[in-house]
Amino acid sequence: MSTLTALARAQAVATGRAQPIATVRHLHVHDHPMVLVPLAMAGEANAPLAALAGTDPAAPRLLVVTQPRDRDERFRFADHLGRILISYVDSFADLTEDVPVDRGKDVRTRYADAPQLWVPNPGGEDFLRLLGRSTRFRAVDGEHPVPATVPLLGRWLTFLANSAEVPGSSLLLNAVQALGTHWATGQSSAEDAQLGVLLAWIEEGAAAARAVENGPVAGPATDPEFDNRVLAPLIERQAPELPEVLRELMLPTWERMWRVLGLLRRLPAGERVAQRWGGDKDAYTAFARYVAEGGAPQPRRDGAVAAAARLQRLESAAARYAVQRAFDDPLILAEYRLAGAAFAGTVTLAAPDRIDDSGKRPVLRPRIMVRTSETVRVEPGTSLTSPSRPGQKARVVSVSPVAGSGEFDVLLELSGGMGRKLVAEPGSVPAVGERVVLTTLSEEFRRSGALPDVSETPWTHGGPPVFEEPAPARGGPAGLVSTPGGSAGQPDE
Amino acid sequence: MTRLDELRGSGKAKRHNARTIAALTGNPGCNRRAVLDTAGVDKLRLAEAVGFPGSFGQSRFALSRGNAFEAMLKADDCALLRSVLGAGDAQLDYQDLGADSDDTLSDRHSRTAALLAAAEAALIDHPLLTLQVGGQTVYLEPDLVAYAHQGRLQVVEIKSFAIVDGQADSAKVSAAAVQAATYVLALRQLLERLGMDPLLVDHEVVLVCPENFAMTPVAVRVDVRKQLATLRRQLSRLASVGAIVDALPAGVTFDLNRSPEELVAALGHVEPRYAPECLSTCELSMFCRHEAAGTTGALGRPVREALGGIPTVGEVLALASGSQAPTPEQEEAAALLRQALRLRSEALAEGAS
Ligand code: SF4
Repeated sequence: MSTLTALARAQAVATGRAQPIATVRHLHVHDHPMVLVPLAMAGEANAPLAALAGTDPAAPRLLVVTQPRDRDERFRFADHLGRILISYVDSFADLTEDVPVDRGKDVRTRYADAPQLWVPNPGGEDFLRLLGRSTRFRAVDGEHPVPATVPLLGRWLTFLANSAEVPGSSLLLNAVQALGTHWATGQSSAEDAQLGVLLAWIEEGAAAARAVENGPVAGPATDPEFDNRVLAPLIERQAPELPEVLRELMLPTWERMWRVLGLLRRLPAGERVAQRWGGDKDAYTAFARYVAEGGAPQPRRDGAVAAAARLQRLESAAARYAVQRAFDDPLILAEYRLAGAAFAGTVTLAAPDRIDDSGKRPVLRPRIMVRTSETVRVEPGTSLTSPSRPGQKARVVSVSPVAGSGEFDVLLELSGGMGRKLVAEPGSVPAVGERVVLTTLSEEFRRSGALPDVSETPWTHGGPPVFEEPAPARGGPAGLVSTPGGSAGQPDE
Repeated sequence: MTRLDELRGSGKAKRHNARTIAALTGNPGCNRRAVLDTAGVDKLRLAEAVGFPGSFGQSRFALSRGNAFEAMLKADDCALLRSVLGAGDAQLDYQDLGADSDDTLSDRHSRTAALLAAAEAALIDHPLLTLQVGGQTVYLEPDLVAYAHQGRLQVVEIKSFAIVDGQADSAKVSAAAVQAATYVLALRQLLERLGMDPLLVDHEVVLVCPENFAMTPVAVRVDVRKQLATLRRQLSRLASVGAIVDALPAGVTFDLNRSPEELVAALGHVEPRYAPECLSTCELSMFCRHEAAGTTGALGRPVREALGGIPTVGEVLALASGSQAPTPEQEEAAALLRQALRLRSEALAEGAS
């Protein structure tokens, strides 16, 4: 928790209203998103109970499993959901756009838009991941055939759930996290997990939030009380009103989902949001083509090399997302200023035409002096960037305290982002009197270490890939056994 | 009548199980919980009595699936359980100590002790164990099978959450591991009292869960040494509960027949330590949350820490705006808060422009 966000929570307590923690929107909000509110059957391994789904706020489609232990009914549910989801994702596989690559020397074609699916909370994403896992390997022939939409649904859900793990991706989003990225409430994050309460904090304030605390849950887990008192008797006597009861239960969440979208749309999008959505379009295009070519379902578990590569991709996406948010949003950048990784100041001197001719060829190396009252925790030689001129590097030449004022003078030498001539393009060098923010954050692409090709990997690291069930869990799969180790999560001292 | 009985009043003492012990150690800093639990007060009813009921129900569906899974494993003289434990051919006795519901706790406990002491190769179901909690001996009615083989004892826990592709819900796995650690500790204390080597109880426990999306069982071994260490540390801290109880004014009681006002006053004598984690672990959480309104701790430990450990929201904002002068110890936190407020206001103004 950053101090700035914590302070916003304190302000929310005092004012009784949620407080903004972002000045721009950090995610893409689609013009035609699909919303899905899933409910799971308690006790079962990710068995669906019901869902509201669709793209029209006024016309949610209701899907219900009236006998949750009936295998055929479950697959009818998956088939139905599959038809809704697949026709939605397929609707973007027509219009294409050209994107310049290789510094504009070439173009690449991708779909001009991509699907966007919204669920209420992280639990909804997990539910979809597991539903994807339980359907993508189903056979459409043989002893227990299922409709062709079922394994296809599984592939798409797996794709979406995997992209939801990539920081900054907007293909599958959940409302709780999306709101939590932009507003702080006056309660704990544990309490924020309840969508109805979180949204009430933002729309109406603390009192309204308390009032809806015992309202219908946003799923996928149902309320045990509801299970025992309402659901169990209805299922037992195979009551015809079961679907209606479930629709009533989910409808408040469905309506909230669209209100969340409305709230987010009112925020201006961050400058780099479109660029990240471009990455989502690339991912969608690649996967849509893979599916169209009859690609196999994603493996149960990645081999060692694939897993390492994925981890690396996730890490660099996380780093890029963090930097981009800071560059797009002064409120996020302020967190770095508070931590000493950025400072704001005013340009007091500027030599925009300074040439360095100590090398083979003379180069343009303007210098500026910035005076700041903020703590400067950078060493001479460090490269800094200003979010307003992301293509320009500012190397710290010296940092000197201004006698008696507590302020600092930072001398910087600029390179890049000033045109190709020995005279800087107008406006490319900060002028005297201009207020600038400089940070150690940089948008520059960081090359990741190369991983060996899968076929050259020793068997100890997963070796050539095997696409079969992992060894029986006896003896303990690493992922499971290592989990309880970090079990804390409880207050200690 | 002991002082603890007095505190509980006319109600029957709540029995402990591994879940309550695990929860008890979940907020070890809380004196209120320590006192109420050691005295065996029914916190759910106490919360209702003071007007802050909580809901800690369990779904029938979850229960019935759990029961069905367990019944399946134990059918035909535990055929499936034996095979998943890899004890297929060994001559294993199966004894269910929970089958006779009429006998007294101490009877059942001595039968447990006798059986475990002699066990060479056996599956012992529903043993009745004891644990020292806050200077009291509490009976544990664990839902476990003690698996004796090759001179060692292993805790087997049957859980109905699924393990999919070797992964399970980490919250459920860690809860199961803490519970299992409680059993290991209780078994070790028992062996010790019997003059046997406590380390005969394996620190690796076996969880038997359904695999993937079917009811096929799978056994995984989990090392609970870490949980054991935490549990021991937290239980030893609870040992001091006697001193807290002795320090309570005479006449303080949580007897549920008292009026709500009296009960609230009684609660006021024992210090709470509310944190959002209480919401899922303690029946009294709605009451304590209400009481903790306006504290930074109620927003969660990370928030409180990020605010320099300043205890109340009012003080945080007063220090940040400069309307309150910091004490010498608050200097550092106050400087951070002032800077944070300045940056936040500036960025919000910039963003709005
Ligand atoms: S809810 Fe209250 S009594 Fe229970 S652990 Fe938390 S502070 Fe202690």
